[in-house]
Order: sequence, then C-alpha cells, then structure tokens
Amino acid sequence: MSSNKRIVVPGEVIEGITPSVQEFYAFNYGDTTRASMIGVLDIKQDGQTSFSPINGIYMPREGDVVIGLVTSHGVSNWFLDINSPYQAILSVQDFFGVRQNSQAPEDPFRYLQIGEFVKAKIAAFDRIRNPLLTVQDKGLGKIVEGSVIIIHPTKVARVIGRKGSMIETLKTTTGCEYFVAVNGAIHIKCDNKDLETIAETAIETIESQAHTSGLTERIKKFIEEERKIRGV
Amino acid sequence: MMARPEKFIDESGRRVDGRLPNELRPIKMQVGLLKNANGSALVEYGLTKVIAAIYGPRESQKSVSLPDRASLRVRYHMAPFSTEERKNPVPTRREIELSKVLRESLEPIVMTNYFPRTTIDVFVEVLQSDGGTRTVAATAASLALADAGIPIKALFGGVAVGKVDGVLVVDINEVEDMYGDADMPIVAAPDLNLVTLYQLNGVLSKDEFQEAFDIAMNAITGIVNMEKETLKSSYQVENKEGDLEK
Repeated sequence: MSSNKRIVVPGEVIEGITPSVQEFYAFNYGDTTRASMIGVLDIKQDGQTSFSPINGIYMPREGDVVIGLVTSHGVSNWFLDINSPYQAILSVQDFFGVRQNSQAPEDPFRYLQIGEFVKAKIAAFDRIRNPLLTVQDKGLGKIVEGSVIIIHPTKVARVIGRKGSMIETLKTTTGCEYFVAVNGAIHIKCDNKDLETIAETAIETIESQAHTSGLTERIKKFIEEERKIRGV
Repeated sequence: MMARPEKFIDESGRRVDGRLPNELRPIKMQVGLLKNANGSALVEYGLTKVIAAIYGPRESQKSVSLPDRASLRVRYHMAPFSTEERKNPVPTRREIELSKVLRESLEPIVMTNYFPRTTIDVFVEVLQSDGGTRTVAATAASLALADAGIPIKALFGGVAVGKVDGVLVVDINEVEDMYGDADMPIVAAPDLNLVTLYQLNGVLSKDEFQEAFDIAMNAITGIVNMEKETLKSSYQVENKEGDLEK
C-alpha cells in the first residue's frame, strides 16, 4: 500500500491525529491539532494517519520492560539510568525476591554493582515519584553475558522493523540473540566477540539511517560481507 | 569602540552596511552540531553568531525541582572573545537579566508540564557580537529545542527593529543599536500568533510603533520559515546514503 510521508516540525498543523497525555508529540491549540516535535507524518491511502517522532524522550510506562544501568545505590535500593528523564529505583528486597520468612544477603550491593546492566519491568510510575522497577518475572534480572548497546529510544521501532522484519534479519544473519528494550537499550548475546562487534555496528547503522528506505536489505548485505571478511 | 557614522542612511537609501531598511542580514542556521548536548544549533545573523545547547529534561536538584512541571534554566553568556575588547567572562548584570528575559520568552512555548520534577537547561553562548544577540539567541534556542526533541508549541524566532535617521530599519547591527534612536527586539511564534518577548529602548511614535511591529512580525515569519527548512533538510541530509521515504 502506498503512503504519503513528510517531515513535520513543531507548530505545524497535523490532521487525523488525536493527542494523548502519554504521547506528547501532538497537542490541541484552538481548533487545530499541531505537532510539538519533529517527526514523520504518514498519511496512508486508506486515510489512516500516523506520526513517528524523529527525536524524542523516553517516558517510562507501567509494564514496560527496560534495561537499566546501575549508577549508584542507597541504603536499600539501587538507582538505575533507564535512558529517560527519571532515574529508576530497584529495591534490594525485590532484587533478591525477599518474602516474609527470608532475608536478603548482608552485603547486597556486592551482587549488583555500579556499571552493571539489569533487565527489569516498570512496576509503578506516575511522574510524582520515580519509576519503581521489579525483576520478579520470567527472564528479568541482572545481565550476566553478552553486551548492551544504547540507542535513541525513538529508533527502537526501526531496529525491530515492520512486523519484526529487521530484528529477524539480524537474528538469522548473525545467529545472535537480541533483546530490544523500549527505552533504547539492546542486549546482544553472540557466540563470539567478532559476531558481537558486527551486530553492534549493524545496530549503530540502523540508528543513524533510521528513516531511510531499503535499510533491511543494506544491513543484510553489510552483515554477510563483514562475516566473510572476519571469517566467522 | 565604533565611531558614530555621519549618516545612517545614504542618498540611495542604503544603510551603513549597504542593506535596505527592510532587508535582513544574511542568515545561516545549522542544527545538531554538538555531540554531548541533546540538541544544539548555531545561528548567524550577519556577523552575530550564537550557539545554543539544550540538556534535558534531566533529574533536578531538589532546590530547583517543581512538582508540576520541568524547571527551565537559561544561561545567556557572551564569550570573552565575542566583542572587540575582551569581555570579562564573569556573568554581568546585563547577561543575568537577559537570561531571565529569554527564559520568560521560552516559558509559554516549551511544554514543561509533561516533565514534572526535571530540569531543562538552555545554554546560549554568543560567539561573536554585532548587535541583536538576544534575538539571535532566541532563534538558536528554538532550533536547538526542536533538535533535542523537547515538545514545544511552535518554532519561534526573534528580530530587532530600530530607528535611525528617522527611518525604521529591521535587524539592526551594533552601530545602529548604539547610536540609533530606538531599538525594539521582538521574539514571536508566528504559527500561534504569539509574542513572547517585547522590549523597546528609545522613543517611537504610536504609528511608528505599529509599523515597527508589523515589520518585525514579517521578518520573524521569514526567519521561522527558514528554521523549518533547516530542520527538514538537516534530517534528510543526515541520511544521504539512503533516500528518504517519500
């Protein structure tokens, strides 16, 4: 289906978009709806309109699975940088899954140190208080292998691609495992260091060329060539 | 210090730098030139050059944190090398005042209510000064905010209208500002019909005042259109290896 895409800048009137509190890229002004950020307005043939900001800010939402970098800790919690204006909090109790009859270790901060990454879910956030994280769910917790690279949160959709086409390409061509968190942190797990470097470079390329066409094909070619050069 | 010219408008109706009364200085704009900042812009009106950098929204210190919106901090500063004689880098009374004036001109436009308890830092550094620095600073801040992805209600721009030898002239330079009869800087967002900074130094009659305002709004509309072009083209150039999906 063909569509009509154009770049809009703040203040421009955009039609067919309903502003919401969560997504602050559009707002009502008088009887018009205007954009508040630079983005691509996509008017499809069936009349549906979508707006994707080119640069923006990640705002935490309850239920989001994010990857955070431990930056400091308090008496009974860690503070994590989750690529958003707000620092996230992870409590010691939650990290060790402490229940009524159990106890956290005496030196909990030895188990999760500053500079390490954690995959966690946002348990609560209402802008009055900082986002609270939980690791008490399947697949969550400290990241112990592989590497994490951080991209701009608005580029996450491109790394995944339409119906997951881009991430599927990455998986099949490199044979690595990927986890793309909504806050722009990507966890890569590969068989060897060379493949990891290739995957990282590929993701950086996707980030810098996010709104160009034919990107999936170029990435596929790039990875295949790199693998030949490096002999992996 | 610059000498006072004998005439501000010559026989052919041209100003000291050869411009016509309603002619802007050549304007240059560039965005995204600083890596560490979330957004940045360099704007030149003739010889006046201003760079703006945006940081944030980021977690506030308790003392400046507001419960219902982001606090906006603006720092207007002139580099020691921006003027003919070395300017002491310590912020002067004038710079502190201009920081406040610029902050107040941004407050109605930046949608700070989405980011309570955070801080948005706007740094504007005058690299070279030749009159109209506050209006160039506003234009640079507008581009840098848009580049940072901070929601703003509209792009805005600034220009100063002055009066020299009884003639209203747009985008005045240093000499016209120093020895002219009036200086009226305006910052506005033409898309919203919103004026956010309006100052007048000197004397204008009521009619002149109205005319000067119209001249300024015309000029600002042109400047904001240039901002739009700059933003649109810079996000396409960024991807020159592939063609933008049309």
